[in-house]
Amino acid sequence: MNDEAVLRELTEGKYKYGFVTEVESDQVPKGLSEAIIQQISSRKGEPDWLLEWRLKAYRHWLTLSEPTWPNVHYPKIDYQDIVYYSAPKPKKKLGSLEEVDPELRRAFEKLGIPLAEQARLANVAVDAVFDSVSVATTFKDKLAEQGIIFCSFSDAVKHHPELVRRYLGSVVPATDNFFAALNSAVFSDGSFAYIPKGVRCPMELSTYFRINASETGQFERTLIVADEGARVSYLEGCTAPVRDENQLHAAVVELVALREAEIKYSTVQNWYPGDEEGKGGIYNFVTKRGKAAERAKISWTQVETGSSITWKYPSCILQGDDSVGEFYSVALTNHRQQADTGTKMIHIGKRTRSTIVSKGISAGRGQNTYRGLVKVMKGAVGARNYSQCDSLLIGDRCGAHTFPYIEVKNPTAQVEHEATTSKIGEDQLFYCRQRGIAEEDAVSMIVNGFARQVLKELPMEFAVEAQKLLGMSLEGSVG
Amino acid sequence: MLRIEGLKAAVAGKPILHGLDLEVRPGELHALMGPNGSGKSTLAGVLAGNEIYEVTAGRVTFDGEDLLGLSPEKRAARGVFLAFQYPVEIPGVSNMYFLRTALNALRKARGEDPLDAMDFLAVARERMQIVKMDPAFANRGVNEGFSGGEKKRNEIVQMAVLEPRLAILDEIDSGLDIDALRVVAEGVNSLRSKERAMIVVTHYQRLLDYIRPDRVHVMAAGRIVTSGGPELALALEEKGYGWIEKEPPQALAAAGEAQR
Repeated sequence: MNDEAVLRELTEGKYKYGFVTEVESDQVPKGLSEAIIQQISSRKGEPDWLLEWRLKAYRHWLTLSEPTWPNVHYPKIDYQDIVYYSAPKPKKKLGSLEEVDPELRRAFEKLGIPLAEQARLANVAVDAVFDSVSVATTFKDKLAEQGIIFCSFSDAVKHHPELVRRYLGSVVPATDNFFAALNSAVFSDGSFAYIPKGVRCPMELSTYFRINASETGQFERTLIVADEGARVSYLEGCTAPVRDENQLHAAVVELVALREAEIKYSTVQNWYPGDEEGKGGIYNFVTKRGKAAERAKISWTQVETGSSITWKYPSCILQGDDSVGEFYSVALTNHRQQADTGTKMIHIGKRTRSTIVSKGISAGRGQNTYRGLVKVMKGAVGARNYSQCDSLLIGDRCGAHTFPYIEVKNPTAQVEHEATTSKIGEDQLFYCRQRGIAEEDAVSMIVNGFARQVLKELPMEFAVEAQKLLGMSLEGSVG
Repeated sequence: MLRIEGLKAAVAGKPILHGLDLEVRPGELHALMGPNGSGKSTLAGVLAGNEIYEVTAGRVTFDGEDLLGLSPEKRAARGVFLAFQYPVEIPGVSNMYFLRTALNALRKARGEDPLDAMDFLAVARERMQIVKMDPAFANRGVNEGFSGGEKKRNEIVQMAVLEPRLAILDEIDSGLDIDALRVVAEGVNSLRSKERAMIVVTHYQRLLDYIRPDRVHVMAAGRIVTSGGPELALALEEKGYGWIEKEPPQALAAAGEAQR
């Protein structure tokens, strides 16, 4: 077999999380209208202000059109052909984690996310979101001892309405963009975290998103607030069943880092990517943004291996003086996957600093686009940015594209941009094989080496997972 | 151990090797010399299994087994090692991780248990001494940003750790200053043994001042045109390759045969 054939075989690996869980679900009818939004809101028992907020977003959404500027191609989405709310029917009222529907519990166990706390990674609290609702949150009580709130978004609306009301939409307004407005109108659940003043969150917070029902969109909303001097590290993971249809996932994540606070947000995204021919897969159209006050720091790390289409630009508004923004990204596209991803760093405060490290890996017929904006406003005296965008091509049928945008309105700013494109060479593979390393291990090793700068930013427990995932997304060796 | 008979090979449809014969026994060190384009590196690549070369005729056996039918990694597992003329960079993969992966792949192929990180590190550190390699290189990316000389030393470290039975050193001397050359050559000498054979490919005689060959072969136009003892290298140094190229290859090949 020649190298090319081996590479092709390697890049045609199977998706491991494609199973469907049989649970009865409570759904609203297909389609989107004010009536549907009212239904969602009333099913969740929401206060009037939130319903109003949703309706305002919906009315604005009606005036918007879907963005066409991303470098991705897909058939037109029929927004009336989507179920906007689907929740597994609870067998009875949940008193504790142990009462979670065994089917659901098994589903998460299969995904490697045991919901029983004793079986869980010792230092990670998990909020498990299944289709439109959160089914369980672990370690809630332990966190509460330090005043940390970590719960589903719905619970936050019920129990901490003042916090939600204060910060919801404060970073990503309901009218921000087409998908954010859609999310604001129909979002069903998600995670909420609040770290009080001066508290260092003692464990990783994590949300695991699972899409299960068919013809359903997932529209979750995550809001994390780190009060002055607080610190938190948060991780999200996600998977979905193998289905022929495309499913829409339009999430919004808002991070609020108050004075001297630090939020580290890591994503390991593994939505179903579609098959080799590009049939099925998740459309991952996500708005993520954080706002950093004085001397605060927001750090995004993402490992994007799934979804048939990814449209996502985790961004930082560096409002406070001396605030810091970071973006570390590995995006892998294989088969017919398309990704248009990057970041926006908006420098407003003085001496604000940002770092962007983006690693794009394209295999099969994958198309990988980095799109990033570095904007230095007039008052951002002494702002600094360093951007590095590297692309790695595997085989000769894929593509890598880079669109850096730089706008500088302050003459004292320093902005640096470096970009490289390389190919996994036959010479690299032969070198490894000559030393006895099998070809697929060699590919995996080279890819992981390429992504190392980003992987090392992930929390320890997940770096290993992410490394395996990168290998798996390229290999045929799936259990 | 290694027997090459009537080997012909081409790259991108262009014939490079035109019928080459060579036999190497355990413990022997053969020097393969010749002008640029004579096919030395092609032979090294063919023996290691580089797929850019197409073997069009002839056979190669290693311990009686057909070598040409094996994948590069299987050849490595049998004990064939190639020190590259241009060692490849693998950014972000640490030298030690790479080498441990390689060693354990070889051990696995031979049915041996893998070495754990601690045991491996002890072995690797010791072998790095052979070419006086700075321990700081252990954790740098494979050949990433190494100078030419550092890359060549790294090849010898890999050889020392992987302990091949047949080592083919492709222009291990190119791009080295005299001090580095001495260090690399001493490293190679320290790895010679009764069981291990080596084929040293070089353009220049000066390497053979440090590494004394048992046999010297001179290649021209895809064939071994003459063979002899170490003195042949000296003769070449004096007369240059023009001397070989002017003679009709057939006659020289016959002369080479006669010398055996």
